This record gives sequence, structure tokens and C-alpha cells, in this order.
Amino acid sequence: MELDNRKGERLAEKKSETAGTTETTARRISSFVIVVIFVTLALSLVALYFAVDIYQRNEVAAGYFFLIGFVGLALSSYMLLQMRKRVLKWRIKLPPIITIIECQKCGFKNIREFKRGDYVFKEMDACEKCNEPMMITGIYREIKEPKKKEEKF
Amino acid sequence: MTFAMVVNVSQIAQPFVDENFGWILNVVFYLFFIIFIFYGQRIQMYVMLKEVEGSLLRLKYIKEEGRKIAIETIKEIGKPSHDPSERVDRFLEYFALPPESMDPAGVVWKLEHILDVRDIRFKDEVKLMAPSASETQINNLENTLEAALALNYIYKVVRHFYILGKKTLSLYIIMQLQMILPLVMREAEAYASALKAFAYGQPIGDGVGALVAAKLMHGHEKRKIAKDCVVATVPLEGRTAYVIKAEGPGGNVGKPGEAMKTIIEENDGKISTIIIIDAALKLEGEKPGEVAEGIGVAIGGPGVEKFKVEESLLKHRIPINAVIIKEDVGDAVSPMRKEIFEAADEAIKRIKRVILEKTKEGDSLIIAGIGNTIGIGQ
Repeated sequence: MELDNRKGERLAEKKSETAGTTETTARRISSFVIVVIFVTLALSLVALYFAVDIYQRNEVAAGYFFLIGFVGLALSSYMLLQMRKRVLKWRIKLPPIITIIECQKCGFKNIREFKRGDYVFKEMDACEKCNEPMMITGIYREIKEPKKKEEKF
Repeated sequence: MTFAMVVNVSQIAQPFVDENFGWILNVVFYLFFIIFIFYGQRIQMYVMLKEVEGSLLRLKYIKEEGRKIAIETIKEIGKPSHDPSERVDRFLEYFALPPESMDPAGVVWKLEHILDVRDIRFKDEVKLMAPSASETQINNLENTLEAALALNYIYKVVRHFYILGKKTLSLYIIMQLQMILPLVMREAEAYASALKAFAYGQPIGDGVGALVAAKLMHGHEKRKIAKDCVVATVPLEGRTAYVIKAEGPGGNVGKPGEAMKTIIEENDGKISTIIIIDAALKLEGEKPGEVAEGIGVAIGGPGVEKFKVEESLLKHRIPINAVIIKEDVGDAVSPMRKEIFEAADEAIKRIKRVILEKTKEGDSLIIAGIGNTIGIGQ
């Protein structure tokens, strides 16, 4: 319940829709988290500056400052990257759906995007070539998988 | 300016750094050590809760999107005179209670009755929501609403355990929820993509069995055999094949068990074999669209239809074969993939081989394509 009220407001949606394809984006990154990340980033840079500055006089302290600086830098960069990843993850993306219309007599094929009302074995308009009625012979989505390393198993 | 300030801070901090730095670091180190000894588990729990919260927000977003799609589709197709939002919200809360199974005799028929009543109730509701929709569109809208209902239920269950875990601060509740979440999210995402497919009437992966049957019966005369089921008598390799599928192109699964039982009775049990084609869940590592053969009644769902077929098989001692097309849970409810669509032809080849190997010329057999026939005619 608490979650509903508090976080629900943060949902901002952007939606664009074409026939058969939907792309939706939602962002929910609190401004407080962003401020914390950037403050950490700034402090890490200051720590690194201190480290360089006092290196000649106190090597041990400089070492500690280097450590703090690098750890802070790594943490804040990691959090920034994670934030970007989360935004990308929130997209629901569907690949386009293809409808294949085929002439049963001459084999002429027409491939187009899916339209509402299409179904497999639906009779369509006459064929451009032989004037025989055409038919929907296939409706499917094609997924182009990114090239992966060949798996061992 | 900022650079000058940093230089000044560095100069001010210099003596402090020289004298106290090591001491402060030691204190910080011990503090961290103590905090992690006493509060380590609690910190771990909060991290897990945060992770669950993120997924829950995503589930909420998907659920709301589902509701929105359902309402928009009803408005677009059904042209209702009133805003259907209230009725949709009521629909999303529907439930069906399973029958009592303390005395299991006859429980299948009780379950079938409950499922029938549920189905009629759902259809009536959809007709009231979308008065201008055709029979096919009503079936598609019913499927869309059922997907939205499933998403609503998943969200509510996860939210229940999240709040319960937060209230009781029980590591075990939160841990179980966090461990099972990747699978829950996969299912929710599958339903999210199913929503669009149902709303537009696109064939889904689960319908590949129906597609195989449709390809076999296309061009032959069909007749209604059971509720939402059609049969065609097809001459195949010199045998008589009774090809059964759910009646398309609207989204429904029909009663294939009832249909097979009727055909067996019509033929006085003289059926040489039954071949059932269905989509089946693949294991990780297997390719989508792989075809496999086996023995048994390949009908999913609550088990009523499977039970009916098994009863008839036993009575007449009819051999049963199954051809399955493998896909994952996401593919099963989202628009059909090309690999799965193409696997239908491979499945037909397998069916013909089984017929040639297991039956004689002049025999009668049943071929049943199981699955949701949305977007597939006959």
C-alpha cells in the first residue's frame, strides 16, 4: 500500500505504438539517489586530488586517499551504469509480426506487416498475377538473435 | 574558483591528515566490523527487499499496462455505451474455487463443471462489456482479459509476500521471494507480450498444435464435434484420419478430450491409433521449434480433457502417440516465432511417418492438434 502511493507517482511513461509493435519506457530513478551518486563522485575526485597533493610529504596517507578515491570512483561509476541498465530493462519491445499472403495457384507471395483481423487460412483479395483468390498462409514474428559464442553444451 | 577552494581545503586538512588519519581509519574499520557482525543479516535483508521492491514496481507497471490494453481493446472493438473500466476492474478480481478432493472419486467431473461455469461467466461478462464484438472477437477479448487477470494475480501475490516479509522481517520469507523472482518475472513478461497478441488476434506459440491440425484439415469438410471443436475426415496415406482442432480463428482451446471420446464412440472403438500434437515446454539449452515424439496424452491444462482421453483409451485399448514442439514459457503465450511456425511442417512429416509405421492401409485414426487456436482458421 505504502509502496503504491510512494513509488507509483514516480512512474513516468512514454509510449509509442505502431501496428504490431509496442515500445514502452518507464523511468523511476529517485533524484536523491542521483544526488548521492554525484556527491560520491565529487568526493572521490577530491580524495584523489588530496592524494596527489600530499604524496611527497606523507606517502602512507596519500595511499589511503588513493584507496578511498578509487573505491568511491568505482562505486559511483558502477551505480551510474546500473541506473542506465535499469532504464533499458524497463522497455517492453515486441518485434514486428509478419503476415504471408500466398496465391494457391501461381505461388505468388506477398509479405506485409500484420493487420488486425488477419488469421491463418483467411481468404484475401485476388492475386495480382493470375487473379485467383489469395490466402494468408503464415503469421509469425522473426527474432534476430545477437551472435553468441558457440556454447559448450 | 572551485579549484582554489579545493586547494585551500587541502592545506587546512594537512595537519589533520598527518596526525589523525591512521587513528580514524582504525576506528572506522572496527566500526564496520562491529556493525557487520550484529547487523549483517539485516543489511542483507534490506538489500533483498530493495531488489524485490524493484521487481514489484515493474510488475505493477506491467499489470497496469495490461489493464489499459484490455480497456482500450474493449472500447475499440466492443463499442460499449458506458466506460468499461469498472467492469474490467471487477473482472480482474474474479476467482474460481477448485472442488473438494477429500473424496477424490468424481472430482474430475466436478472440476469440469466449475471450469464450464467459469467459462460461461467470463463469456457473458465480455459480451456485456463489448456488445458490438463478434464471436471471434469475444473469444480474443476473453483471452486478453484472462492475461490481464493473470498479471494482476501475480502482482498481488508478490506484493503480499513483500509486505509480509517487511512486516515480520523474516529473512526466510524475503529470501524465498527473492530467489523465485526471476522465474516469476519471466512469466509476467510472457503474459505482457501475450496481451498484445490476444488483443490483435495474433497466433501464439501454444497454438502450434492447432496450426498442424489446421494444415492437415484445410480444404476438407469440417463439422462441429464438441464444444468449440471441429473435426474433418481427411484421407492420409491410404488411411482415414479424423483431424481435430479447436474452432478458430478466435482464441479458444475447445474440448479436445470430449471430441476424441465422441469420435472413438462413433467408430465403436475401432481406431488404430491416436496422434496428439501439442506445444511443450523446452528445457534450457534446447532450441525452440525442436520436434520430438513420444507416448502419452499430450494435453495440458487442468487435466479434465486428458482424463477423458485416457479413460477412452483404456476402455478400447487404443495406442497413443504424441508429437511435441518445444518452446519456452515466453514463446508459448507470445506471438508465434518463425522457428515454431516452421516446425509445423516438420511435425506433419513426423505424423505421416508414425502413420506409415504404426497403422495399416484402410485403418482409421485420430490426429488432434492441441492448443489455443487464436489467429488460426481451418
